[in-house]
Amino acid sequence: MKITKEEVLHVANLARLDVDKVLIDKFAAQIGTILEYVDTLNRVDTKEVTPTSHAIFLTNAFRDDDERQSFDSDSVLSNAPEKEDGNFIVPKVINS
Amino acid sequence: MKLYELTIKKAHLLLKKKEISSQELTRAVLDRIDAVEEHVGAYITVDSEMALAQAKIADKEISRGNISPLTGIPLALKDLICTKGLRTTCASRILENFVPPYDATVVKKLKKQAAVIVGKSNMDEFAMGSSNEHSGIKLTHNPWDQTRIPGGSSGGSAAATAADMCIGSLGSDTGGSIRQPASHCGVVGMKPTYGRVSRFGLVAFASSLDQIGPLTKDVTDCAILMNVISGYDSSDSTSVPEDVPDYTLSLNDGLKGMVVGIPNEYSAAEGLDRDVSDAVKKAVKKIQEMGAGCVEVSLPHTEHAVAAYYVIAPSEASSNLARYDGVKYGYRDKNKKSLMEMYKSTRSRGFGPEVQRRIIIGTYSLSAGYYDAYYGKASQVRTLIIEDFKKAFKSCDVILSPVAPTPAFKIGEKVDDPLTMYLSDIFTLSANLAGIPGISVPCGFSSKGLPIGLQIMAKHFEEEKLFKVAYNFEQATDFHKKKPNLDKPEPNKV
Repeated sequence: MKITKEEVLHVANLARLDVDKVLIDKFAAQIGTILEYVDTLNRVDTKEVTPTSHAIFLTNAFRDDDERQSFDSDSVLSNAPEKEDGNFIVPKVINS
Repeated sequence: MKLYELTIKKAHLLLKKKEISSQELTRAVLDRIDAVEEHVGAYITVDSEMALAQAKIADKEISRGNISPLTGIPLALKDLICTKGLRTTCASRILENFVPPYDATVVKKLKKQAAVIVGKSNMDEFAMGSSNEHSGIKLTHNPWDQTRIPGGSSGGSAAATAADMCIGSLGSDTGGSIRQPASHCGVVGMKPTYGRVSRFGLVAFASSLDQIGPLTKDVTDCAILMNVISGYDSSDSTSVPEDVPDYTLSLNDGLKGMVVGIPNEYSAAEGLDRDVSDAVKKAVKKIQEMGAGCVEVSLPHTEHAVAAYYVIAPSEASSNLARYDGVKYGYRDKNKKSLMEMYKSTRSRGFGPEVQRRIIIGTYSLSAGYYDAYYGKASQVRTLIIEDFKKAFKSCDVILSPVAPTPAFKIGEKVDDPLTMYLSDIFTLSANLAGIPGISVPCGFSSKGLPIGLQIMAKHFEEEKLFKVAYNFEQATDFHKKKPNLDKPEPNKV
């Protein structure tokens, strides 16, 4: 097995996912098969090859630092699942 | 001819001559959607009221003599292109009720011409898939055979265009998501050069690969839409400040003096269907008969493209999809007491299995200890794939290949086998890794009557060459004139 069930659960936790207990075996097997296939990349000699993260040769994109219209808070909050007085509501983060 | 069967160009001429109104045309398209949507399932959202209101505005503009190529033309947009005030779901439960407060740049450009937006088309959730079976909302059927997939991830746009449920459409292509469904549904689809079309307002999947492009009934319409959506946008830092030519001007030249390249590696690809291979060979022969020269080229790293892609795309996706946290927008599991439980439950309930698989693969590839072996290695292989294309384009103007190894497969056939599904992207995803443009144009039918597409690829910003070859080929053939028969839909065999 390329990746264990425990490793999948660990990575899922890093990605803030709660993988369904019923799905985990199937998931681990599928992800294992994909990672095994990805290992075929090791057959390619990439010594001294520069990695590419962006296929078009653009460097930094700058714009003038002018004042621009931005969204008002009502638009920004319009899709919030929970909001109050112009704020997003989240579960309590700090315990008193 | 029925109004909904019109192309953009023909509809424009009739609108201009005032032989039809946009309201008549839009009504015809909406009626067509009503008649066949239950058999095709192309749309997530259809807003008839809004569409007719836009048509009314278009008619007013036309009566004042203000008519642009898209004025009053009913279009479909893939449901990951943000439309102000119109729900944009990405076919995901996590965005099921998301109503964007702004328009994507491409939508602004369409609205500036007073185009009509009839609705938002179905797709694989967050554009992750090649069959539309990963939609979290509904299933789309191939209009040519309803037991088969329309392709993906822009399957709704392709099916809607093929079934005359819109006059033209936009999709997005990260690894073949415009070209492959275009091929499977018998329409024209273009992935432009990376940076040609603004991604502002396109919900991100893999930012270094994503590109918006048209799916249309013919090559001319594709050029017309590209004329409108292309161009630099300061809101997209990867948008390229290059002048946009009038693509319709490249449609009339002949093919004399052009050289087409045929990659050795593609004909040897595993799982290449006989009908597809034959149709592409015939297309190459036809293009040669029209005066183009033909050379063999080599893209030696082709066999590694799928592996490199399925590291890079999920890595970028795992980062992009971190924003769905149940706080700012979208679904939230409100029953959880702690922030961490809320994040995890929201994301696990909101994302479908394919999206979760890819987030896990991406997170794994980027995590400490695995980064060099996975993301680093894949990014180096990406460089080699780009070098392959550079070398190949030294001896040819365009490269011809199949779009997909097989015609549209059966619904359910590959859905539980992600790797097999991924391998069906072999011919298309290299163009995304290299950032080059590609087009799919109908080039035949399988023995079962399923459409087959020819892919044409060129160097960065050489879309004109793609249009030239595609148009000349299209004019010499009649594959694009055939339509699926939806008048007497087959009983649903699924």
